[in-house]
Amino acid sequence: MRGALAARGAPLIVGLLVLAAWEALVRLNDMPPYILPAPSRIAATLWSDRAILLVSLAVTLKTTFAALVTAALSSLVLAILFRQSRWIERSLYPYAVILQVTPIVAIAPLILIYVEDPFAVMLVCATIVAFFPILSNTMLGLRSVDPGLEDMFRLQGAGRLQVLWLLHLPSALPHFLAGLRIAGGLALIGAVVAEFVSSTTAGGATGLAWRIIEAGQRLNVPRMFAALALIAASGIAIFALLTALSHIVLRRWHESERTG
Amino acid sequence: MSLLRIEGLGLRFPNGVTALDGVDLALEGGEFLSLLGPSGCGKSTLLRAVMGLARPDTGRIAWAGGSRPRVGVVFQDPTLMPWAGVIDNVALPLRLAGLDRAAREKAALAAIERVGLAGFERAVPRELSGGMRMRVSIARALVGDPDVLLMDEPFAALDEITRLRLDDELRALASARGTTVLFVTHSVFESVYLSSRIAVMTPRPGRIAGTLAVKRPAAGDFRATADYARQCGEVSALLGRVMAA
Repeated sequence: MRGALAARGAPLIVGLLVLAAWEALVRLNDMPPYILPAPSRIAATLWSDRAILLVSLAVTLKTTFAALVTAALSSLVLAILFRQSRWIERSLYPYAVILQVTPIVAIAPLILIYVEDPFAVMLVCATIVAFFPILSNTMLGLRSVDPGLEDMFRLQGAGRLQVLWLLHLPSALPHFLAGLRIAGGLALIGAVVAEFVSSTTAGGATGLAWRIIEAGQRLNVPRMFAALALIAASGIAIFALLTALSHIVLRRWHESERTG
Repeated sequence: MSLLRIEGLGLRFPNGVTALDGVDLALEGGEFLSLLGPSGCGKSTLLRAVMGLARPDTGRIAWAGGSRPRVGVVFQDPTLMPWAGVIDNVALPLRLAGLDRAAREKAALAAIERVGLAGFERAVPRELSGGMRMRVSIARALVGDPDVLLMDEPFAALDEITRLRLDDELRALASARGTTVLFVTHSVFESVYLSSRIAVMTPRPGRIAGTLAVKRPAAGDFRATADYARQCGEVSALLGRVMAA
């Protein structure tokens, strides 16, 4: 019990120490906020600029979640198709890999040219970044099925759809959720990158990344930090949320969620 | 006419190893036939061929009536769906056969009751002991009211005490309905206790070296009788000759 408390408290103490050192550094050297704002100043900015920042946060989160859902659905469908046919897998999987290894910042300008709707641009970028870990994890899951159960289904004359729905999909669920957990953070990164890239075209993007650029141009460094803090907090929240989802779904039967 | 006739069955693995060579065996309706042999002799392969999961290269497997009857299957592992509760695991064959929920739950509950797991319908496999999981597996094999039970060393991974108990229960379940059982084991004692007939297999490539009928008293604890010990000795002796040959 004491160990668990210490394990939880340790990173918190480190964080507080760093913030205190930062605050002291700024105050002792009398640094102006446009060089380095103190944490207290950033917190004050978060509060005073909350109206603007929260609207931007909502924009970025909307992109992130839409991309996560799109990535989850498309990669699930693709993984199922791959499981049904080796030929489809062999034909398409290399392209999924290519899409994954090509940096999104390099693809995004092209997407900007061919996709008009600014929200769609964000969605496409973030989806491309997010979908691969779900795809590869789900593929792995769909292939890690208990061979004894495969035999059992075959013996009972199960149809293709029955095998998929009653055996393959439940077997792949833990892998799918693990992929989703990685993809959650990546979708946020994708959304932020897309905002950065498209900010030059003033495409109506008003997400947090766009706020950072805008504040940078005005030397409003405290607001840059405030927006950054919100992005980081969102990433943590998304990860925590998906971890909780995985725990709720798997806790009764899967080893990965075994407690005590 | 025999329920199942196996004639001249031969099977070679893709790696070139001959698993079975000239297996001749008949399974009569209502009997409890054990396939006994040293490990690696191909008894599980033979059972898989009977199940239709392994394709023999030579010989034939013929069921009375021309097609495979309803079979219930138990593997060495319980092979349960870890995400599904006991009732859904037991009802699986009925679900795959397209029965509606009410009908399959009713049958599943009855099967669960028969293996002594009433009250655990909603538990998932992880919450059960090894012996209980095996009972779930047996309930799943019984749920479709099969004509034949095919069992592949179902209790081999369990501890001795659980195993003796499950042997008792299986014996009672099978004799209550006169279910035909084809049972693979590498335990002499288990085969004598359970079976009405024992087929002893040779080391690889597996063939049937001989069969023995087991004489058992109508009532009482068979294991405690001198008859039991004598027959265990006979089977052991046959097995010893087979291994030495």
